[in-house]
Amino acid sequence: MSRAAHSLPGPGDIFRAVTGNGITVLARTNPNSPSIAMGGFLQAGSLFDSDEKLGLADFTSAALMRGTAKRNFYQINDALESLGAALGFGCGARTTSFSGRALSEDLPLLFELLSDCLRAPAFPPEYVERLRAQLLTGLSIREQDTGDRADMAFDEIIYANHPFRRPDDGYPETIQAIHRDDLADFHRRHYGPRGMVLAVVGAIEPPQVWGMVERFLGDWANPDQPPYHALPALEPLDAITRRHVTVAGKSQTSLVVGCHGPSRKADDYLAASLANSVLGQFGMMGRIGDVVRERSGLAYYAYSSLSAGLETGTWDISAGVNPANLERAIDLILKEVALFVEQGVSEQELRDSQDNFVGRLPLSLESNGGVANALLNIERYQLGLDHYQTFEERVRAITPEQVHQAIRRHLNPERLAIVTAG
Amino acid sequence: MTEVTQVILDNGLKILLKEIHTAPLISHWLWYRVGSKDEPSGKTGISHWVEHMQFKGTPQFPASMLDKAIAREGGTWNAFTFLDWTTYYETMPAAKIDLALRLEADRMLNSAFDPAEVESERTVILSEREGHENEPSFLLGEAVQAACFRVHPYHHEVIGDTADLHAISAADLRQHYQSYYIPNNAVLALAGDFDTDEMLARLTELYGAIPAGPPPPRLNRPEPPRRGETRLEVNGPGETTYVQIAYPALPGAHPDFYALAVLDSLLAGPSNLNMFGGGGISNRTSRLYHALVEKELAVGVHGGSVTTIDPFLYSITLTVHPQRSPDECLAALDAEIAQMQEQRVSPEEIARAIKQARAMFAFGAENITNQAFWLGYSEMFATYDWFLTYLEHLAAVTPEDVRRVAGETFRPEKRVVGVYRPDGSPVEAE
Repeated sequence: MSRAAHSLPGPGDIFRAVTGNGITVLARTNPNSPSIAMGGFLQAGSLFDSDEKLGLADFTSAALMRGTAKRNFYQINDALESLGAALGFGCGARTTSFSGRALSEDLPLLFELLSDCLRAPAFPPEYVERLRAQLLTGLSIREQDTGDRADMAFDEIIYANHPFRRPDDGYPETIQAIHRDDLADFHRRHYGPRGMVLAVVGAIEPPQVWGMVERFLGDWANPDQPPYHALPALEPLDAITRRHVTVAGKSQTSLVVGCHGPSRKADDYLAASLANSVLGQFGMMGRIGDVVRERSGLAYYAYSSLSAGLETGTWDISAGVNPANLERAIDLILKEVALFVEQGVSEQELRDSQDNFVGRLPLSLESNGGVANALLNIERYQLGLDHYQTFEERVRAITPEQVHQAIRRHLNPERLAIVTAG
Repeated sequence: MTEVTQVILDNGLKILLKEIHTAPLISHWLWYRVGSKDEPSGKTGISHWVEHMQFKGTPQFPASMLDKAIAREGGTWNAFTFLDWTTYYETMPAAKIDLALRLEADRMLNSAFDPAEVESERTVILSEREGHENEPSFLLGEAVQAACFRVHPYHHEVIGDTADLHAISAADLRQHYQSYYIPNNAVLALAGDFDTDEMLARLTELYGAIPAGPPPPRLNRPEPPRRGETRLEVNGPGETTYVQIAYPALPGAHPDFYALAVLDSLLAGPSNLNMFGGGGISNRTSRLYHALVEKELAVGVHGGSVTTIDPFLYSITLTVHPQRSPDECLAALDAEIAQMQEQRVSPEEIARAIKQARAMFAFGAENITNQAFWLGYSEMFATYDWFLTYLEHLAAVTPEDVRRVAGETFRPEKRVVGVYRPDGSPVEAE
């Protein structure tokens, strides 16, 4: 529909420029909104963590708002909360990310706080210890969460020879091993403008955004930011690998069945995405939802997902089932995967998922936050500014044969990790 | 603010329409005045189960085609059951909305309730409940809620009790559906890219012929006043102790609800009223965060109330610091509450609560889905005017109102204190 196409972000209305110190700035105006959403990331992830101090990058990002050279904990949060604004930091394997929102009149303050927390965190010892207790409690809650435990065990199998086997938030003993000075060190070494990306979407013109980036972050420098080391190649599983994690006293067992998947940049990523939609997303969770939930009543949730990163990816099926039904659910899922690999998808199934991919775009790009995430995706994976405007064409071009090839390349019913926790 | 058209059809169906032309989308919500408070003992969970059965198809829209038809158009749809209401929504490209209109009108009357489908869904819902039971916060919340309401039907969780989920029959579900899914017990709300006159004509065409039903049954069982604090304990696996403190709270339409909202904002941080769309604000400068988390008695605290028809709860949940006890937390909590009951807050603090609410509504307004949500949701416990005048009413709250409502709400003899205490079950990996 022409109106929808006009509203999709593209080269005509996405502002993109790079500052002298290496920050990529993205912006798009939304005149219909009184607020703005901000998001971004910098090249400081848990890949830099040693095994002994795993969780350091995450701990550092969580400590940024606990006090800076200019503001204490209360002042930072009072400034935000008084305006109904929000700012937060998080950490993954490759990047430390941030997101914020405010009424557009309050954007300068959001920039000021972002800059202050990124550039001059003080890591006050009292707050580092308080935060440590909070992180440790979070880890003991994780220990009890069957879904988290299954996901962690899945990563340990799939990424056996690879740093992605480790959880970004570490383990209790590694969090205990981190000292206050480690946080300051990590910040000094890894936080900097090179490779940083920042997107702002909402009731603001791009020149104003550019001006604020120049003003608050333009003179930031860290010439010694180290690059990431190359990651080892993944080793595919050579057989069905099964593991159970006992979590006592739980009514429901979490199940994950899966394997490696395409990276976000892989040629067959889109074909695999459409395959995944048919397998465990479309309608009420695709074929998996149909066989496990609708026809057998074995689970409240059963779906598949594709998680693709820069160099690696996983393709997995998750379900929550009563322990008494576990083997039956696994059996049904394995049979469905075998059938999927053998037969691929029908033309009708592919067309349904193609329609869904195209039709849902306006909805996913409705809010400022949704558009900010889209802009960050474009930059993170170098998809091109016209990515969303050419999306329909690329989706429609995928054939059932291409989908079947992608399925056969990635899914092998004889080589899956099967993890249960409960 | 865009004008809202309100119409009541001859069969009693109330319709609210709000044109918004910023994106080629329409969000369509159908609300029924039925929820877990309409469930007698033995039938708990039946409203939620009926909601599930509404996705099992009608003769015109068989289950297998329903979800596919919506997904094919790029739409999103879902449903929710709460204490007072059950709601169904579809947000779709504007040009495709007719599918949602026809589907909702059809399943007001023609859902199948096939016994085989009912049996299949029984285990799905039991599985949903088992998933909840994996969470300590659910186990604690369920026990506290049951202790708060001995008589009033707010006493059980929306999901229902396991015993009833085993016992409810296809005939029970059908009867519940027929009693409550009638136009005179429903509110239809649409927001988005449509023409009001055209939309109204189409809705009248689709719904006009559905007959009104007799007024649906209601359980009228007010909760008697509590005569003393109740304490309870829930044991389970893990290492983390949680405390939940629940006080009887004002219903959404009560004139003092706004003072309670200001109080909530200061005490525990503002509750995000948007069900869809951003807007949550952290609570790190709230009084309870300061007294509990900053003093290292707890590692987290949140509190708030929800808008209900009858008085429900203002509830505060603490995650206790590993080196501290629930009693130490309670003492600090009581000291903070006493201060709100004794000293007036400043006008600046009230102004801050208003700005926070204004920002939350602004963030929420970015989503058509959330805009349509408000049209119908506010009708479930008040009227849409409640939403339109919310900020004005907040602005009229005085420091004395806040002090008075703190005194009336936070009465120790009326509260239930629940503690989730880990029972030391071993945790081991194989």
